[in-house]
Amino acid sequence: MANPGGQLPAWADIVMLPLINVAMAFIVSGIIIAAIGQNPFEAVRIMILGAFSYDGALGYTLYYTTNFVFTGLAVAVAFHAGLFNIGGEGQAYIGGLGVGLAALALDGSLPFILLLPVTIAAAALFGAGWAFIPGYLQAKRGSHIVITTIMFNFIAAALMVYLMTQVLIRPGQMSPESRVLAEHAWLPFMHEALGWFGIAAARSPLNLSLLWALACCVLVWLLIWHTRLGHEIRTVGSNQTAAVYAGIRPDRTIIVAMCISGGLAGFVGVNEILGVQHRLLLDFSAGYGFTGIAVALMGRNHPVGIVLASLLFGALYQGGAELAFENAAFTPDLIVVIQGLVVLFSGALGFMFRPYLERLFARPVPPALAEA
Amino acid sequence: MTGGPPPAIELRGINKRFGPVHANKDVSLRVPAGTIHGIVGENGAGKSTLMSILYGFYEADSGEIAIFGETMKIRGSEDAIAAGIGMVHQHFMLVDVFTVLENILLGAEGGALLADGMAAARREITRLEEEYGLQVDPDALVGDLPVGLRQRVEILKALFRGARILILDEPTGVLTPQETDQLFRVLDTLRQQGVTIVLITHKLREIMAITDNVSVMRAGEVVANRPTAETTREELAELMVGRKVLLEVGKRPAQPRRPALEVEHLTVIDEKGLRCVNDVSFTVRSGEIVGIAGVSGNGQSELMEALSGIRSIDSGEIRVNGTRVTPVRPTDAKRMRQASLAHVPEDRHRMGLVMPFEASESTILGYHDDPKYSGMVFMNGRAIVADTAGKMSRFDVRPRNPFLKTANFSGGNQQKIVLAREMERHPDILLVGQPTRGVDIGAIEFIHKRIVEMRDAGCAVLLVSVELDEIMSLSDRILVMFEGGVVGEVAATDADARTLGLMMANIVPDQETAEAGHG
Repeated sequence: MANPGGQLPAWADIVMLPLINVAMAFIVSGIIIAAIGQNPFEAVRIMILGAFSYDGALGYTLYYTTNFVFTGLAVAVAFHAGLFNIGGEGQAYIGGLGVGLAALALDGSLPFILLLPVTIAAAALFGAGWAFIPGYLQAKRGSHIVITTIMFNFIAAALMVYLMTQVLIRPGQMSPESRVLAEHAWLPFMHEALGWFGIAAARSPLNLSLLWALACCVLVWLLIWHTRLGHEIRTVGSNQTAAVYAGIRPDRTIIVAMCISGGLAGFVGVNEILGVQHRLLLDFSAGYGFTGIAVALMGRNHPVGIVLASLLFGALYQGGAELAFENAAFTPDLIVVIQGLVVLFSGALGFMFRPYLERLFARPVPPALAEA
Repeated sequence: MTGGPPPAIELRGINKRFGPVHANKDVSLRVPAGTIHGIVGENGAGKSTLMSILYGFYEADSGEIAIFGETMKIRGSEDAIAAGIGMVHQHFMLVDVFTVLENILLGAEGGALLADGMAAARREITRLEEEYGLQVDPDALVGDLPVGLRQRVEILKALFRGARILILDEPTGVLTPQETDQLFRVLDTLRQQGVTIVLITHKLREIMAITDNVSVMRAGEVVANRPTAETTREELAELMVGRKVLLEVGKRPAQPRRPALEVEHLTVIDEKGLRCVNDVSFTVRSGEIVGIAGVSGNGQSELMEALSGIRSIDSGEIRVNGTRVTPVRPTDAKRMRQASLAHVPEDRHRMGLVMPFEASESTILGYHDDPKYSGMVFMNGRAIVADTAGKMSRFDVRPRNPFLKTANFSGGNQQKIVLAREMERHPDILLVGQPTRGVDIGAIEFIHKRIVEMRDAGCAVLLVSVELDEIMSLSDRILVMFEGGVVGEVAATDADARTLGLMMANIVPDQETAEAGHG
């Protein structure tokens, strides 16, 4: 009875609230676009066409989506353990390093069928390792995970610059890149894979990582809601005292959850290094880790929501790029503004409209009725 | 009714609906000025809703409110304060890192610069303290004060804002018996000074002790108004629940058998380095209930936590059925569970349940490793839900919905979920802390019966409660704890509230009393 607003029906909470948030972001974006003298409806048309309709557009959208699914899942798993992992960026970066190192070391000796699991494992291992340290510090020393994961993003960036300029750079070359991986190590592009079945598709960076991302969604769903570990993670995340009472060790659970989270973020490396770039280079994590936070918030930390939110952000990335390409008035900065507004409304202000919606649906079940 | 001063509060035909729930049905209430008026009712009977309407948190759908004879609309707490209504919430609204003075001043600073307001407030508080006997150091940090004094700060806050009507929502839920007595003395003084007090509670003993009149609410309606002097606990209980309630626990004499739980020289040192449990030794036999009496904060909670493997012990030994189970790791609740020791924790919100979980998930808390619930990799969701449904029907948990969020059950039903979970393991030893705290009266009867049934089935029960009545009516033997140590033991048949009270304060009963007790 202390909560007069009560609760929202699940569908309103999961579907309506995010839609309202996105709509608000678009309305504000529209006002900004109108303010610079452009037609917002034309902009929307170009973005939608650019994200879904042009040749290869859908491929690009889904390629971005793949990255967001990985980082979104990463944030969600940590969140279920009560941890705010904002180090997805660094974990993705280091995960990619793992993929690159494994592939560079083994592409001469292993066939693709063996190389693939090894590189995927390397991505998970490196990403998990990078998340392990903040997890350990949180669990054993109480260092706040938000602070440590932010710092580890910077450390990851610095480490990568050092490695790419001093250690892994291809000899006799100016740009900080490794040698190109042997072609058999590449993860097939989706348009190639579809070609095997006689389906013609436009070229795009979309590759088979998407399937792995969807598999990860299922695995995370099973993990969180259908395994003992998931039960333990959620118990620790909701109530640590109750966890101790239940004989669950919060420290161990926190570390394990962070490692799983980091591993998932690390899979961005599979998509980027093995799927698209085919070499190790700088800055391939490109903010996917940060956007993953908004994706997870918007997707309510549930794999289905995360897929949908990833799709939205994928479309925004691709449609925005198309918009900048079509109309010079839409500078890349403006696209960032639009993306930023979506992040703002669905992430930072994600619950702004909740009270209004709750009032609309106000239907608490006080114990009086519950007893009846 | 005619003539005389107008009543302090008059509510006429108040209705409030939340969606399909009719939380207040045509409620009318008259509280004469300068009296203490009790409102009793089970959890969810609509007491808090009614007071929230009076204090402006909700607006009534229909009905009238008159304060000191003046009909008014109360749209927010500012209106209520302006009308002279103050509220002391069940959960205190204080800033721990502020001093008492700063807390009282909060929201009533009276200007941009604090200094003037502070000086004026200090004078005013001194006056209030003297007038009402509300001594509290204005410069103490609220976080350092015991709960009873924090509540006093809340009362001062209300009076400082000019309250002539004071609403107290379950004020004794967090207090020790001594603090409760002090509160009642304060309330009595306030009444003598002409303050009108509305006391919301579900503890009938308190109603009988302090109020002038009492209104009983059930399912959103006021079902009875009585002058306190003309009613009894039994009558009120019946009115609250709508049927006859047994306030006494019916049980046969215990038949203790072999020792189940043996504790030797147990010492626990808390976070502050205090010996909160100090060299405690005792035995609980199967088939008996041993109660631990004591003013809360004398080591009972820590003892229970140490025995259940939640709190690390410093030295000593714990044996279950003759086997040494002293924890090796600092906390290892799992090991104690495996030794057939179940624990109903004192604080079900903080420890015994996970509020955002579905009931079925809270029902396996601590037992999720059980092969009954969990296969090699995946949990067996169907088995868990079926098991929960069974427990819910056997323990009469309402609503009988395993998928409902734990937080959405009432206090009594939440407690039944915990009890069902722990009792249905058929443990050799059951630790029970505050089994009926915040539980309404119908459920108390049920819970007490179950605890006695456990005993009769051969379980060794160790009970901690701040309710002395509960300890005395349930226990077969009573241990008294004081400052971490066990200072005495009494057979339940020899126990009376006075002797126990003295032992709880560590005053050894004099020879005469002791002899009288045996005679």
